[in-house]
Amino acid sequence: MKFFRYLLIGIVFGITLTKAEIISWYRIYEMFRFQSFHMYGVIGTAVVLGVIATQIIKRTNMKSADGSRIIIAPKAKSVSRYLFGGIIFGLGWALTGACPGPLFILVGNGVSVVLVVIASALLGTYTYGLVKDKLPH
Amino acid sequence: MKELFEIISQPWPWYVAGFIIALVMFTLLYLGNTFGISSNLRTVCSIFGAGKNCEFFDFNWRAQTWNLIFAGGMMIGGFIAAQWLTPDSSVQISDETIAELQSLGIENPGENIVPEQLFSWESLLTLKGFVMLIVGGFLVGFGTRYAGGCTSGHAISGLSDLQLPSLIAVIGFFIGGLFITYLVLPLLLTL
Repeated sequence: MKFFRYLLIGIVFGITLTKAEIISWYRIYEMFRFQSFHMYGVIGTAVVLGVIATQIIKRTNMKSADGSRIIIAPKAKSVSRYLFGGIIFGLGWALTGACPGPLFILVGNGVSVVLVVIASALLGTYTYGLVKDKLPH
Repeated sequence: MKELFEIISQPWPWYVAGFIIALVMFTLLYLGNTFGISSNLRTVCSIFGAGKNCEFFDFNWRAQTWNLIFAGGMMIGGFIAAQWLTPDSSVQISDETIAELQSLGIENPGENIVPEQLFSWESLLTLKGFVMLIVGGFLVGFGTRYAGGCTSGHAISGLSDLQLPSLIAVIGFFIGGLFITYLVLPLLLTL
């Protein structure tokens, strides 16, 4: 039963990203061509509200549902891994028109070939795990 | 009730989506987790036994079960939205985008959620389909793990916490995305 709430949050998220057309390859193309405000509006609204929520959590030392303090771990300091990793993900994002979330949602939308994209993404993640120590971090 | 369904059936505006995404992030934080979807890819590698010969995948993946269930919910949500809440599956992209994609050989841009000529099993056997779906998928999987997050982990969660690493990652996302969109797709799509 504990997991039911995650299923429910996932369903809400999947419906929202479908209904706001964020899972569309066209929307990502349009974003990278700066031909529409839509995606910038989505991300901008989420980040502005996210900053407010995060500040409230931190300043009030908010407790999580189970009573422990909510901790937002700072990310490790580095430039190369975020820049190079980010660029590589960006290449894939513009080609597939999907980040990992939308990949799952597209399968639910009936675009079955995206299962191959997910399999390929798994192979990419596995390959990273294998060569990780040889890359600048 | 009928009016409500009528509203839900329309494409949702950006501020509604942005609000719900922030709410999902907050709810996951409140439940003691973090909002980041690409880590599921690592978890699945681990479940398949990748931890046996690679230290990176040797972790207690069971602690990530909630995130896999979240991803399962996303699939169900996509199914519900497509089946019952979206009578018209066309995408409201700009006229400029439509004209541009037509000139690159995309048939009826925006008529469906993805370009059907590219997102099909047959297209995997063509060079452009292979590069877009298989090479693209590989880069998504490799890049998100190298960068330690994707759009949810960096662009939403990390920027919300004003983290410099996430800003660097997002700048990277755009360098890669702009390179493909301006320099590669015009060549690839007209092959």
